[in-house]
Amino acid sequence: MDVPIQYYGLLSALLFSMGVAGVLLRRNIIIVFMSIELMFNAANLLFVAFARHQNGLDGQVFVFFVMTVAAAEVAVGLALVMALFRSKQTTDVDDASTLKG
Amino acid sequence: MPQDFLPILVLFIMSVGLGILVLIIARLFGPRVPTRAKMMPYESGMRPIGQAMRRLPIRYYLTATLFIVFDIEIVFLYPWAVVYKRMNPIWVGLAEILFFFVLVIIGYVYLLRKGALEWE
Amino acid sequence: MITFPSDLNLGPIAPALVVVVTGILVMLADLFLFRAEDRHNTVWVALGGLIVAFLVTLGLWGQVSGGPITAIGGLAILDRFALFLDLILILVTAIVMLLSAEYLVEQNIEHAEFYTLILFSVSGMMLMGASADLMTLWVSFETFSIALYVLAAYARPKVESEEAGLKYFFLGAFSAGFFLYGIAMTYGATGTTRLMGIAQFIQANAATISANNMLYVGLGLILVGLGFKVALVPFHQWTPDVYEGAPTAVTAFMATATKAAGFAALLRVLFLAFPQLSGAWSTILALLAVLTMIGGNVIALSQRNIKRMLAYSSIAHAGYILIAIVAGGAQAVSAAMFYILAYALMTLGAFAVVIALNRGGAEVVNFEDYAGLIQRRPGLTHALAVFMFALTGFPPLAGFVGKWYIFDLAVRNGWAWLAVVGTLASVISAGYYLYIVVLMYMRPAPDNAPDLGGAQGTAGLAVALTLIGTVLLGIFASPIFNLAQSALLAAR
Repeated sequence: MDVPIQYYGLLSALLFSMGVAGVLLRRNIIIVFMSIELMFNAANLLFVAFARHQNGLDGQVFVFFVMTVAAAEVAVGLALVMALFRSKQTTDVDDASTLKG
Repeated sequence: MPQDFLPILVLFIMSVGLGILVLIIARLFGPRVPTRAKMMPYESGMRPIGQAMRRLPIRYYLTATLFIVFDIEIVFLYPWAVVYKRMNPIWVGLAEILFFFVLVIIGYVYLLRKGALEWE
Repeated sequence: MITFPSDLNLGPIAPALVVVVTGILVMLADLFLFRAEDRHNTVWVALGGLIVAFLVTLGLWGQVSGGPITAIGGLAILDRFALFLDLILILVTAIVMLLSAEYLVEQNIEHAEFYTLILFSVSGMMLMGASADLMTLWVSFETFSIALYVLAAYARPKVESEEAGLKYFFLGAFSAGFFLYGIAMTYGATGTTRLMGIAQFIQANAATISANNMLYVGLGLILVGLGFKVALVPFHQWTPDVYEGAPTAVTAFMATATKAAGFAALLRVLFLAFPQLSGAWSTILALLAVLTMIGGNVIALSQRNIKRMLAYSSIAHAGYILIAIVAGGAQAVSAAMFYILAYALMTLGAFAVVIALNRGGAEVVNFEDYAGLIQRRPGLTHALAVFMFALTGFPPLAGFVGKWYIFDLAVRNGWAWLAVVGTLASVISAGYYLYIVVLMYMRPAPDNAPDLGGAQGTAGLAVALTLIGTVLLGIFASPIFNLAQSALLAAR
């Protein structure tokens, strides 16, 4: 029996909301990082679910690109965190406040 | 049909054989310099006993970051491998993946020349 | 049997391809060709590649007179809109490279990677303009963003720059998450990621489309993602910090090229995929345009750092460009593209003067440093004054003509009140643009004034080029506007 598409949509929306909440509420850079990844993967789940639902392949192909792009993004982001960590010895976003916004 | 699985058996024998062969060759020709680090159960640098929460040298993160990038590129090989035999004309598919590899290798050469993979 | 698409025509992505290959060549030339002391030569490799890309773009211009060409299985599109964007981006990039050549040496951050990253970033932006599919749009969106995250942090180990990079990264990735989720929902609602396919779906289901909530939410999230990139209020908070912290040459690039690419993507998505829903998005964008113009200009009034001031100014100008999109109609694209070109020249010019004034690593960015500039660097003072007048919108400079086209379009298409708000916002903007002019001409220089550089070398060349461009674009506006006019979107 197939799982109805709504369930996937609900789960994906839940994951996405958790990701957004994590970015907005958590102060540890690494956790913010993981929350952003959660947002991406929520979208991935939606793509795959819709691709299966519609018997298409576009959604699945899209996921490949999202995965590789996310990896590149993580690599750059981690490098930036490392650079800031070297000069400030912290992984708390509130300590990155030399520029007041 | 059992004979349909013959290629898998051949592959199995070949992989086991290759593993044994490599071990024998290493034993025969490799220099043996046993150090404390090398004799540990996990040769990846993880200390098997002690606290899990300890600080790692920052170079470790650089290597890990580079690993992520190169590791994930493999993802494009899966769909390619699935459809490769059905591509027409087949050389275009081959040329495409070779071009992809050239790009990845340029990145690798760049890392090598910049010394990003040297530990010390 | 899988056959390759018969339209495997690389034409639409040819300019971007040339730029990518140039980026790789710069990287390889740095590794194998040049010794460390010859590293500055990489800029010439990069500029050479841009010239080739320029020629390729010109060559393609004649080929697409008969309408757009889709290629690579419908992933990319070749039309004059994409080519016009390519031309703007090539011009901007070339000027940014002229600006950077000496700036990087002075800031002690000269590496060939700078040019490689700029070129990779520009290739992503070019591909954005040539996208006919949300997949292409997403990959190019991320290509240019990721390169820019690194560039913002390029002045490492300067803490400000590292912080700018990190902030830009987090907010950029956050907005990319919204953008991606919007694409996923749009795909779910319409079953396709092709821009024209989405439009066809909406056309075919016109009766039931207003009940298709997922499509509307998807469109909204896509607008949020792109709104972050072009810094619309209320998605603008990252802009001043990142602009201030990033190296000035990178800021100049971000303020101009990113904006051009972001608006190109916005135009593509809205006019190619969602033209039938314009009733919904034009109201929202009109609101955003008002917030952006008023917000950007009012906050800019209180700034005392020229990089932050130009950041808020760039936000405000995004609002003006948005008016053109809201007004719609046959001339919306050309009015928007013309304004983007004018804005790019004026803003690049202002940043070029700031960079030319740099000397010995210290950046001259505080307003006090500009007091009495006329006695110390008269040439650069006059140039900066022209750029400030142009940004305010005084005739006969580029900014005036650009605004005139946009406001005229708004009035003719029933958005007169938006044009009124835009005009009022321009009046507010005079408060800070002209304040700089007053400071430079009428206030005495402070006793502890810092040492200043001059307009020699390539930075001076960049100032001269942007100055000529700003004036000529104002005086000979109509031929260039007609050129932009022929850069209409494919579907219209």
